Amino acid sequence: MQDVTTEKKEFTPNIVAFCCNWCSYAGADLAGSSRLSYPANVKIIRVPCSCRVNPMFVLKAFQQGADGVILCGCHPGDCHYVTGNYYTRRRMALLYSFLNYMGIEKERTRLEWVSAAEGVRFSAVMNDFVKTVTELGENKRLTDLRVKEGE
Amino acid sequence: MQRIGVFICWCGSNIAATVDVVKVAEVIKNEPGVVYSANYQYMCSENGQQLIKQAIKEHNLTGIVIGACSPRMHEATFRKAAEEAGLNPYMVEIANIREHCSWIHKDMDEATEKAVILVRTAIAKVKLNAPLTAGESPVVKRALVIGGGIAGIQAALDIADAGFEVDIVEKNATIGGRMAQLDKTFPTLDCSACILTPKMVDCAQHEKIDILSYSEVEDVKGFVGNFNVKIRRKARFVDETKCTGCKICMEKCPSKKGLNAFNMNLNTRPAIYIPFAQAIPNVAVIDPEQCIKLKTGKCGICQKFCGVGAIDYEQKDTFIERQYGAIVVATGFKPISVDAFNEYGYNDNKDVITSLELERLMNAAGPTNGVLLRPSDGEHPKVITFIQCVGSRDTSGCGKPYCSKICCMYTAKHAMLIREKYPDTEVHVFYIDVRTPGKNYDEFFRRAVEQYGVDYIKGMVGKVYNENGKLMVQGSNLIDNEQVTIESDLVVLAAAIEPEPSVRKVATLLTASIDTNNFLTESHAKLRPVESPTAGVYLAGVCQGPKDIPETVSQASACAAKVIGLLVKDKLKTNPCVAIPNETMCNGCSQCANVCAYGAITYVDKEFRLGGGKTEIRRVASVNPAVCQGCGACTVTCPSGAMDLKGFSSKQIMSEVEAICKM
Amino acid sequence: MKEVELKMLERAKALLESGEVARVIGWKKGEFFYDPSPASFETVEELDGFVYNWFCGANLSKYLIEMSKKEGKTAVFLKPCDTYSFNQLVKEHRIKRENVYVIAVECLGKLDIEKIKAKGISLIENVEVVDKEVKVTSAYGVDTLAKPEVVLSKCAACTKTHQVKDEEIILHETPARDVDRFEEVKKLEAMTEEERFAFWREQLSKCIRCNACRNVCPACSCVKCVFDNPNSGIAAKANDDKFEEQLFHIIRAFHVAGRCTDCGECSRVCPQNIPLHLLNRKFIKDIDNLYGEYQAGETDEGKTPLTSYTEGDTEPNDVFNGEAK
Repeated sequence: MQDVTTEKKEFTPNIVAFCCNWCSYAGADLAGSSRLSYPANVKIIRVPCSCRVNPMFVLKAFQQGADGVILCGCHPGDCHYVTGNYYTRRRMALLYSFLNYMGIEKERTRLEWVSAAEGVRFSAVMNDFVKTVTELGENKRLTDLRVKEGE
Repeated sequence: MQRIGVFICWCGSNIAATVDVVKVAEVIKNEPGVVYSANYQYMCSENGQQLIKQAIKEHNLTGIVIGACSPRMHEATFRKAAEEAGLNPYMVEIANIREHCSWIHKDMDEATEKAVILVRTAIAKVKLNAPLTAGESPVVKRALVIGGGIAGIQAALDIADAGFEVDIVEKNATIGGRMAQLDKTFPTLDCSACILTPKMVDCAQHEKIDILSYSEVEDVKGFVGNFNVKIRRKARFVDETKCTGCKICMEKCPSKKGLNAFNMNLNTRPAIYIPFAQAIPNVAVIDPEQCIKLKTGKCGICQKFCGVGAIDYEQKDTFIERQYGAIVVATGFKPISVDAFNEYGYNDNKDVITSLELERLMNAAGPTNGVLLRPSDGEHPKVITFIQCVGSRDTSGCGKPYCSKICCMYTAKHAMLIREKYPDTEVHVFYIDVRTPGKNYDEFFRRAVEQYGVDYIKGMVGKVYNENGKLMVQGSNLIDNEQVTIESDLVVLAAAIEPEPSVRKVATLLTASIDTNNFLTESHAKLRPVESPTAGVYLAGVCQGPKDIPETVSQASACAAKVIGLLVKDKLKTNPCVAIPNETMCNGCSQCANVCAYGAITYVDKEFRLGGGKTEIRRVASVNPAVCQGCGACTVTCPSGAMDLKGFSSKQIMSEVEAICKM
Repeated sequence: MKEVELKMLERAKALLESGEVARVIGWKKGEFFYDPSPASFETVEELDGFVYNWFCGANLSKYLIEMSKKEGKTAVFLKPCDTYSFNQLVKEHRIKRENVYVIAVECLGKLDIEKIKAKGISLIENVEVVDKEVKVTSAYGVDTLAKPEVVLSKCAACTKTHQVKDEEIILHETPARDVDRFEEVKKLEAMTEEERFAFWREQLSKCIRCNACRNVCPACSCVKCVFDNPNSGIAAKANDDKFEEQLFHIIRAFHVAGRCTDCGECSRVCPQNIPLHLLNRKFIKDIDNLYGEYQAGETDEGKTPLTSYTEGDTEPNDVFNGEAK
């Protein structure tokens, strides 16, 4: 029994979070200044707006060994750039669904709206995402879709 | 060859307690491209900045990475330091090893390892940074104030006194706002009109102020320093330049059954009216829903009697466009509708009224000429019960979760005024808490209890019902732990206040963010409380959060100071992190313009050289850097990747992704 | 079909002779009658090689990007499915509409010679189509095949009708058909994630990166492809991690999402027979489901689903198998 639990604990997923500068990055800052912890394997890349996140960035993260990618932006209607996150929402809805169609677990991709005031939520979202991805295990599928069987 | 310098900050023990800063600096030394790596207690301090400047000069650094607190905190500080040392300020990247690392992780090894990754990621980015120069844009030296209540009036007067032109756009026929409806003001009990109307007159007479009453903001384009605003001037069917405010039309108008909104619909007014005696502008307006002439074509009495020929039934809405450097939003509030609170029986009993209605009933210019008479039968009420927190601090979903802040004080005021004027009247107040912080506020409340004998009962009201012509107020008394029923003649509800609903449209037009309660969001709750996150937009009064008159006036003056600080500048530095199209790759497909919220992208036909002396004309995107806000929506829409964002280029972010994924 | 071909030829001749157009884009004979290829005819003499038959599957709209830049008008024959690509390209300002003379032609579904050959028929001399039957004459006699079995995969689920505000139409409209083009996508959606992954890995591992799909695709018509853009951060260099190689098809499908008209050319030209259209159709299906039915190229103006939005759009986290939950 003991062995199983320690073995399970060994896998810590590599999580990349893209956060918009105005809401989510500030939300992450607030989580920090409020000392609300979340696992160290969540690492944040700052972008001006969630709409700056190109699907290529998401794919690149997976290809480089990320086990989960989460995008965070201002709540719909609150985008600092008025409409940026509305485009993000459509792009990611389609991209995530498409990746799932390719056989990638849906739970590895996520989009959350986190405001600058939601430090608590930021931390909760990250903890939950890490938990979900930990349960899924390592991402092997999206590192390469062209690798021939056995290669 | 890149020469990167890395500076790891301890932030006292804020970072150093959980991140082995010395180790981070050591490990980073071996990164390709890094020629200098140091750690220091406080990088943001004078000495810390000195250390950075010196290293830049001594080691000919081409880019620097600061491992410290959030870039939202000190990015500007470090950019300035770099600039002073001769390095382009945009060759600076921050690795956030405090908020995103030391403060959230407890394990030193784990936090140190993460700090190294975050610093490496910043190095990966800075290697691809390019020197950027901020552009400049001119400032239109005129301000727009949206809303002509006390907040708008104060802001306009202060800005105008500094010598700048100000327009006040007010959707109602007169400026004055909610304060004009009030009878007396706490905590001094001076008459509201007596202190407000002189300010209204000042506005009207100020040579720098233009009052656009009965007008609404239709469209806003542009950006800080350069807003282009379209204003709808609603048809009032009266020529503002001719009307003298003699009121003969009001006297002669045969359609007198319109509800008087200024008096909270407690009495009626003619179809052509001036909202109240001291209205500014003192010009009549016709209610088209009520005017017989406008509805049926017959009548025209007001036109006949108007001595100056000011009546114009053909008047249409007109539009004007003006340029502004700054915008103050002061759209104010309204009491919430209490219809949903069935337990208080507002809709079933004429003698259950709201506090603002009471305000009109006590006002000398109100429907009862200031004599407190109850609406049902015009009798003097002998027992009056106030119910506090109607819809405030209400998480049931029926009301508002926040405290409306002003109710405790105005109820104490009402209670006091009633006891003063009608000493034979019994006054009871049901309350959850009495909240009276503020200069002379608690003293004021205590006077109501101690000097005027107002009966404060701690407890909620369960039900108000009519029994034999009496209003029975059933509630609990938590201090005495008993149920009480008070036989009352008049019940007054302290209804919660909410932002004026039109603020939503204004917020959308200004791209100013709004919270779940429709209050406009300030840029920083503590440090930038009067600025909206949208540059050049400022917030005054209740549109930003519940507040009383002194606070509103303070905030309005603070807004004015910010606006003046902006308008005195001749030019503004613009954000250099804007979109830039690579014309040789651009398809001219228009997809980028389709997602640009600012209209910053246009298309031009350009000649391109092909091989063999041939040329070709192609349609390509062109970005106006003064209009672009740098969100990057266009960059993702562009299929060829021709559109990129300076400071957050695709290559930079891809490189960051690569670095951050390496465990 | 012969009748249509004659009419087309007649119009092409007249247009060239009158000087109304400077060139005509159509198909010309190949080595065999079943391998015609797109061609530009500038003189009446050149029209000797003109052909329009059951094997003219190629979409001619993309050629107009370059042709419409040339001096003089270009006449083009567009099948119903090609008109969508044409509109999309006009919408994106890639084709100079005023320089094009469109002749819409009928199409009853084009045949796939590979599928016929796969039936074991060789030395093919002639192919005739009568209603739902295909009569193949070869050195060994006549074989009768069921037409649905040998049409191009892009034609199998075609429901397209002419969309161009055309200059003229030759012969009657293609009759409307009732087929579900998402049938194969639905089958994949019904699989488990493991099965789907296995399916796509098997398919995509066949890719030799010949770029045929990219070259033929009317939506992939960038002046310079993002994969060749050194600033995109994805263009592969030697000794690179081959990001481009690995995720090429995902990125390509995303880039044409909302713009792909489902013309099916990608699958038609793939030498490895990868069902690439199933990638694009997934995006089309999701767009239809989540944002309302949308057919790229139905008009030559307006925004695409990815450059528009509504305030109440479905959250990405709530989409499962293309359905909002």
